[in-house]
Amino acid sequence: MEPVNTSRRSFLQLVGLGVPASVALAACGGSPSQSGAGGGSGGGKGVASYWTLSAKPQEDIRKDTIARFNKANPKSKIDITLFANDAYKQKVKTAIGAGKSPTMIWGWGGGGLKSYVEADQVVDLTSWFGENPDLKEKRFPATFGAATVNGKLYAVPIETVTPIVLYWNKKVFDQVGAKPPESWGDVMDLVPKFNAKGIAPFALAGQSLWTNMMWLEFLFDRIGGSQVFDSVFNGEKNSWSQPAALQALGEVQKLVKANGFQKGFQSTVADQNADQALLFTGKAAMMVHGAWTYGSMKADGADFVTGGNLGYMNFPPVDGGQGDPSDTVGNPGQYVSISSQASKEAQDAAKKLLTTTMLDDTEVEKWVGQGNIPVVKSGGDLISGVKDANDKPWLQFVYETSSKAKVFAQSWDQALPPSQATPLLDNIGKLFQMDISPQQFADNMNKTIGT
Amino acid sequence: MTIQAAPLAAPRPQSRGGQAGQHGRVAWMAVPALAVFLLFAVLPLVGVLVLSFTRWDGLGAIHPAGIRNWRSVLSDPDLLHSLWVTFEVMFYSWVVQTPIAILLGVFTAGRHRYRAVLAVFFFVPLLLSAAAIAVTFKALLDPNFGLGPGLHSDLLTQNWLGNPVLAMGVVIFIVSWQFIPFHSLIYQGAVRQIPLSLYEAASLDGAGRVRTFFSITLPQLKHTIITSSTLMVVGSLTFFDLIFVLTGGGPGDSTRVLALDMYRRGFGANQMGPASVIAVILVLVGLGIALGLNRLGGRADDSSLEGV
Repeated sequence: MEPVNTSRRSFLQLVGLGVPASVALAACGGSPSQSGAGGGSGGGKGVASYWTLSAKPQEDIRKDTIARFNKANPKSKIDITLFANDAYKQKVKTAIGAGKSPTMIWGWGGGGLKSYVEADQVVDLTSWFGENPDLKEKRFPATFGAATVNGKLYAVPIETVTPIVLYWNKKVFDQVGAKPPESWGDVMDLVPKFNAKGIAPFALAGQSLWTNMMWLEFLFDRIGGSQVFDSVFNGEKNSWSQPAALQALGEVQKLVKANGFQKGFQSTVADQNADQALLFTGKAAMMVHGAWTYGSMKADGADFVTGGNLGYMNFPPVDGGQGDPSDTVGNPGQYVSISSQASKEAQDAAKKLLTTTMLDDTEVEKWVGQGNIPVVKSGGDLISGVKDANDKPWLQFVYETSSKAKVFAQSWDQALPPSQATPLLDNIGKLFQMDISPQQFADNMNKTIGT
Repeated sequence: MTIQAAPLAAPRPQSRGGQAGQHGRVAWMAVPALAVFLLFAVLPLVGVLVLSFTRWDGLGAIHPAGIRNWRSVLSDPDLLHSLWVTFEVMFYSWVVQTPIAILLGVFTAGRHRYRAVLAVFFFVPLLLSAAAIAVTFKALLDPNFGLGPGLHSDLLTQNWLGNPVLAMGVVIFIVSWQFIPFHSLIYQGAVRQIPLSLYEAASLDGAGRVRTFFSITLPQLKHTIITSSTLMVVGSLTFFDLIFVLTGGGPGDSTRVLALDMYRRGFGANQMGPASVIAVILVLVGLGIALGLNRLGGRADDSSLEGV
């Protein structure tokens, strides 16, 4: 492991963002760590800065790429700062608003990126992509959708394609004598079976809320097809109260009522990977979660992944539903934008990183080695060379799911602007808590359309 | 953050002969405090007040919005709910903390060595950061990996943070656990200030322990109770870190206090205008309560040591 240093100056910069709430965040969101890339000699010296997420094992690759870049470019070093997922979103927004933006802003594209664009905070990269056609050429075309605002490119797709999948614990299924579900009806039938044995049917990190949202994303799609959320996204009036939407909301409440999730799911947090722990310790039978959890389950779950006990599939169809069963949801990629506040020198360093070290062969290999499909086409070719008997079928599965999906929908909270995403998560919390009915959910959300 | 500056109880100017000159000479000593107060309390307050009449997403330009934010926030049922939750937290944490803090304060005021040792232990929770406390309790209360399943105790294996009533109870318990030591300390100091002669007189009159407590100690603590209650009540208005980490305002919105609602609107939904409206409401409620409690205390020269 690389040593992690926090220099006093960078710490002060982080704390002194100017808005009191950001201080509160620094106190609650897990302290950010600045890694002095290039031999761990302490951060804060680079010409450009890069803020990204801290989760293991992905952060090792992020740090390694920067370290390699800094070694090759000692005159234009880049400082990398890592934040916990849930805290990062507010943190970076606050920093940008306070004029303290990092040079390179890591993100999920979509609605969040749009809000930066509207505030003139990120650089238009369209012409830069024109000058560097191979950058565009080597990435999957589908990843550029969430990087595009008003027909212009404002972000570079990086890292990995991560669809949401349904994981299941083979050992637990054997123990109960159950078969993995092939339809939504099967899912509901499995729930009492597992509950009878004292095993939670599904693990869910319900306090994080975006985890609950993934259920709705799939149910909306499987019941009514991708056009149901598209009409929400396009701001069409009353689109949350379409019959398919109401049915999907009702189905999720049926699952909650049938104790489909572990006891106390409302207080489980995704940042601590407690939901994954439920699955790999056999306390839960299934979990709907992003493909990025494969790596951490492999690392933390003892012989769960290496012993071949992890099963996975695309979310099953709903009987009578109109959605294409090949559709998937999730993150078509991660994105990095360049701050328009940054100096020319910093912007040049960032662009150099993006054209040279970032997603070079070494990094692509590392992503594949961790069980991820990178956003570049060359990643697919590497799968056949993977030796690990568990990683190989997994990589093939993710590759197929992503590339054969008729629609790869972006996660709702990333696709929608923050003014709609926040009430959405809020109402999802209440829906899963059974505080509100599907109709009330739809009414509340219809009010946010167009804000 | 919970420990707020005590309300500015302006001491009545004392115009008894010969003191006016002395008063003038020391006034300059207030200048540094005044400067800090203006810079870090009044100025941001004015800023928030101005922001509450604007539309701003925290990133781009600020646009004037008139009273639209006020109208939308004040007609929002979420605000009423958050206000209610805030008052619940305030009320229950006062009801739980005050009696325990008084009793502990009286107990630790006694001059025995073992009491001094215990007082040190009582003080420990106050030294921990709210975020650390929240993370620890969250782990302990986890119904799948926490204390309950670890000890195989069904009683402890509750859905502590997933059930609205239990979650509120847990919040109040932790708040009390954290702040009782602070208030005990205030009471300990106050109890030690009570003249021993009062107790001697009471025991000569044949009063027992309980009678002495109710007839001497409690009335003598009147002003301290008001001070401590003000800190508690105004402090509980601004609870954020503990609840943010512990429940995130959940389950649903059952522990979403005003400060959390403000954060959610401002930094979650990027709506600084409505968030500022809530900030202004918070300030007004806090000031109102602090002034009201101060009134309860009666006039400054209303001595509880009359005739001693």
